[in-house]
Amino acid sequence: MPFEPVILWTDALIYLLLAAGIAFAIYAGRHGHVLASWRNVAHSASGMSALTVLLCFILIGLLDTVHFRPRLEQSVQGGEKQAYSTEVLSLLDLLAAPLRTQTEKTYSAPLSACLYARETITTPDGKQIRDFARLVHGGAHLHHPETELARDVLWRSVSGICAGLLVWAGLVAGLGSIEARRYHIAFLPVQTAIWRGATAIPWRAILITLAFILAACGAIAALATHYHVLGTDKVGQDVLYLALKSIRTGLVIGTLTTLIVLPFALLLGIAAGYFRGWVDDIIQYIYTTLSSIPSVLLIAAAVLMMQVYIETHADMLDTAAARADLRLLFLCIILGITSWTGLCRLLRGETLKLREMEYIQAAHAFGVSRWRVITRHILPNVIHIVLITTVMDFSSLVLAEAVLSYVGVGVDPSTISFGTMINASRLEMAREPMVWWTLFASFTFMFTLVLSANLFSDAVQDAFNPRNRIATGDSGGFLKDHADTKAAKEAANTLSSDRKPSGT
Amino acid sequence: MTALLEITDLRVLLHSGRQPVRAVDGLSLAVHPGETFALLGESGSGKSITALSIMRLLPDAGEITHGSIRLNGDELLTLPEYAMRKVRGNRIGMIFQEPMLSLNPVMTTGAQIEEVLLQHAHLRGTALQARVLELLRQVGIPDPARRMAEYPFQFSGGMKQRVMIAMALAGTPELLIADEPTTALDVTIQAQVLDLMRNLQQQKKMAVLLITHDLGVVAEMAHRVAVMYAGEIIETADRQNFFQAPAHPYSRKLFAALPTRKKRNNGLVVIQGNVPALSQTFTGCRFAGRCDHAWEKCHQVAPPWVAITPQHHVRCHLYPDNPPPLFSSTAQLLPDNPPAGANTSDPDQGEPLLQVDDLKVHFPIYKGLFKRVAGYIKAVDGVSLQIGSGKTLALVGESGCGKTTAGKGIMQLISITSGSIRLQNQALRGLGRKQLQQKRAEFQIIFQDPYSSLNPRMRIVEIIEEGMQALGSNSDKIAADEKRQHAIDTLLQQVGLPAEAKWRYPHEFSGGQRQRIAIARALAVNPRLLICDEPTSALDVSVQAQILNLLKTLQQERRLAYLLITHNIAVVDYLADEVAVMYLGRIVESGRTEEVLDDPRHPYTRALLSAVPVHEPGSRREIMRLQGEPPSPANVPQGCHFHPRCPYVMPVCREVYPAASRFSTSHTAHCHLYHSISQEPQDSQ
Repeated sequence: MPFEPVILWTDALIYLLLAAGIAFAIYAGRHGHVLASWRNVAHSASGMSALTVLLCFILIGLLDTVHFRPRLEQSVQGGEKQAYSTEVLSLLDLLAAPLRTQTEKTYSAPLSACLYARETITTPDGKQIRDFARLVHGGAHLHHPETELARDVLWRSVSGICAGLLVWAGLVAGLGSIEARRYHIAFLPVQTAIWRGATAIPWRAILITLAFILAACGAIAALATHYHVLGTDKVGQDVLYLALKSIRTGLVIGTLTTLIVLPFALLLGIAAGYFRGWVDDIIQYIYTTLSSIPSVLLIAAAVLMMQVYIETHADMLDTAAARADLRLLFLCIILGITSWTGLCRLLRGETLKLREMEYIQAAHAFGVSRWRVITRHILPNVIHIVLITTVMDFSSLVLAEAVLSYVGVGVDPSTISFGTMINASRLEMAREPMVWWTLFASFTFMFTLVLSANLFSDAVQDAFNPRNRIATGDSGGFLKDHADTKAAKEAANTLSSDRKPSGT
Repeated sequence: MTALLEITDLRVLLHSGRQPVRAVDGLSLAVHPGETFALLGESGSGKSITALSIMRLLPDAGEITHGSIRLNGDELLTLPEYAMRKVRGNRIGMIFQEPMLSLNPVMTTGAQIEEVLLQHAHLRGTALQARVLELLRQVGIPDPARRMAEYPFQFSGGMKQRVMIAMALAGTPELLIADEPTTALDVTIQAQVLDLMRNLQQQKKMAVLLITHDLGVVAEMAHRVAVMYAGEIIETADRQNFFQAPAHPYSRKLFAALPTRKKRNNGLVVIQGNVPALSQTFTGCRFAGRCDHAWEKCHQVAPPWVAITPQHHVRCHLYPDNPPPLFSSTAQLLPDNPPAGANTSDPDQGEPLLQVDDLKVHFPIYKGLFKRVAGYIKAVDGVSLQIGSGKTLALVGESGCGKTTAGKGIMQLISITSGSIRLQNQALRGLGRKQLQQKRAEFQIIFQDPYSSLNPRMRIVEIIEEGMQALGSNSDKIAADEKRQHAIDTLLQQVGLPAEAKWRYPHEFSGGQRQRIAIARALAVNPRLLICDEPTSALDVSVQAQILNLLKTLQQERRLAYLLITHNIAVVDYLADEVAVMYLGRIVESGRTEEVLDDPRHPYTRALLSAVPVHEPGSRREIMRLQGEPPSPANVPQGCHFHPRCPYVMPVCREVYPAASRFSTSHTAHCHLYHSISQEPQDSQ
């Protein structure tokens, strides 16, 4: 085998999450009324554009999750026992190999052919001058960067954008023909429907978003082979590569922490609100105590303990990546344990309100078991709070990681994350001339990620509010079928005309 | 006489949803100085929107597209906003429905009245204080000097409404708009507030635009009446004409839908269908679809105004050529329901279905860090009652008297402090969870608010299924499932809903339909006793009639017993066989319906009955107004609980709780007035 697959702890959890997501999708597909709500999500233009962006991030994150160890060249010749590299790589590393391997000496500005600072260079004829040295990889193919650089960059980016748009056009055509075959409509009407915004799923918004993404990807891909698109950092690593690698760390911290927060918050919050009495007292004391300890202190203590444990048991973990990964996982767990109190308090309050609702009283009157009351009556009615809070928390968790890395108790220094990037740019911002691109890259990526997550959660929240639902009898057709909704409305009207009780 | 307020052809659009809703469509009315003009209509008829349009306080979605509103000749709709601010509160005062929500909880009541005075009267210092005091005294708030420094939470509902009236009067308005001023109040308090409004109006020669859905309130207050239906006025008349001879078929149906004793053995008249959606364009009469007299012309031509007398106008094609006979011939007005088999009062056959003895529910009040019990709220303090199967017992009382708590105690939804509840001669108290589970199918409950009694995230089928699953045996799963689906279909049909309704969510139904679903849910487990907690108080009159009919039909079909918890005497009169009147956790009077309602003995029962506004002209009863409000159940008075408000209070009342006095085999009351004629030995508690 040319490689050995490696499954780190966080990888396993991400796979689990993915499997759960797929299982839920299958379940929803079989249960019409659950599917109907998700269909409403699919009908929101902003939600679907956000989802498109989010899916790109998730794709990068997933690519970065498939880890392996490549076989070492020497061992192939040796023959008897295969040896694998101690370096754990991911699929993303493989795809972005030029970004990973083409390192420079130190800082260089985005799309530059020279280093960012002057240094002493020995010319071929033996003289020593102080000048901006040429980069090893960035713009190395240019003979006279001063004159050629701008034209080369322009030409490459334009051709990249064109290639991206070409791919996009292919996608549009493909989508059109698929939809045309699915709903038995000719190809052209499908296209006009899409571009007039008359489709049920807002394909126009999705395609426009996709056009931007593909054009940007095309340009970046065309430039990245010969330049450092977002410059390089202090040790000459490509900043674009760093930003791409940070996505996985951010997603892991956002999702796994939420996964740890949810059971605590849901179980304890609902139990406190529903059972009241001494259960409520105990849970309240726990979260009041927990939230009055400064969380940074708690996290720092836990992370340091973890660090000591790993160092004393160095033989347990065979690679540096595994060690860094374990530290990331523990950071998630610790963040989760310290941050469930807010959601728990919200849920307790909402449950206190809900348990006095008459439908819950009615359920009690039927002797419905407590567990069933909680799962069927209370949980679905608080889920909108959970949804909003977790997505809002997602961004603050990514930020918390950055803050903790800044303090020095965050992720392992070898793990690339937005936090470590921001931490590094602390000194860079103080330099003269200023190095701005590390901060810029992490800011742009984080902003896009969090914004798209927020927009998407908005759409989900709207779709799941039963009062916002227009008609549950959604046909799932291609067009926004006005006749259809009209018919549904009429049906609703005839239904809502009160009949005489004696009439039956 | 020139009109004080004159509205001509007002049209208001509400831009919500896809199509704009014509909430008010061509409304014209005139209110003269010194008169009370009642705008009567069911919910959604546009009466509140009209009031808000006059104040120009429509929500953002509302738009006045046409018409004029003149106050003493000044056009209000073209006034700039700063001038309009001088009109609001100064020339027009307004009282809202919910006194709990219309006062700011963090300002003292005095400060809130001062705010109005500062804006409009330009008073300062001691003059300002004096005026606040005067206003509070005018609206009958005792000890105003102390009360003006208190916060709204220290006031009861009726007192808050008085403060609201004082605020509305602060600017000495020419016109007072009262939007359902007493709907949120208890009857005895409602009577006080209505009296106050009437007196103030006579003193100040103010015009009042009274917006209400309650025919009784209209009968007590109004000089002239306008009936609103689907955004337009369909009939205007002076009070006398309107109550003696309502002309429009809709008005007549409203009267016929009111429950009374005379209609006991018949179904109530229901208005078929719903109020039409106001987003459509109407070609004919808006009521045509639901009218018994409608013919083609009604569907094609919108009816013009027809004057029956100079004071009485109606919008109906039946006039003036062929007016339908008045409802003296009730037979014509009662075609919908066959007379339900006369509910003859057969003697009780042995065992009562439900027997409650000395039920007490006390809620502890905790104080301090360690939650010591500092006292008890005696919500229910020794209630005994019994219901035979197929019978209806009404538990009547004002809010806070403990009637709902008693219902929940019987339902075993809250733990009871003492007493025994026996259902079919089996004690419910002390049953284990499992055994109680089995008994739960025998008795079920229907709640007041159909909007909160159905889980918004469950479909109707799941809602109805829940009780069946919880209480049914789960032997053969698939066969049981099919049977259950069939049972749900029949249940829905029984309560008058199509079977397809089960695939929908609750928010797609109107209030009346939701209440039907709630009834179907309760019936799903085949109970013998149904506790109905204010089943119709959140519904309009015509919908109330439908639900009452349904309850009556179901009682006959299934021989159900009802424990009807209500404050609505008319419903009691229509539905109940026996009545128990509750005051502060105890039953003060009980007996058969006709005994208690025709010959009330306890002063509280008398006051309660005389406080109910009656719409039948000429049936004036002795008027007995109660002072003050019920005390808190945490701090009940010594002796008879009613003595602080009782007009016949005697020294003994302050010391001893009266024992029962028996007037017939069924009629008893707890009052010292009757001890001389009581045949029972007098024992003091």
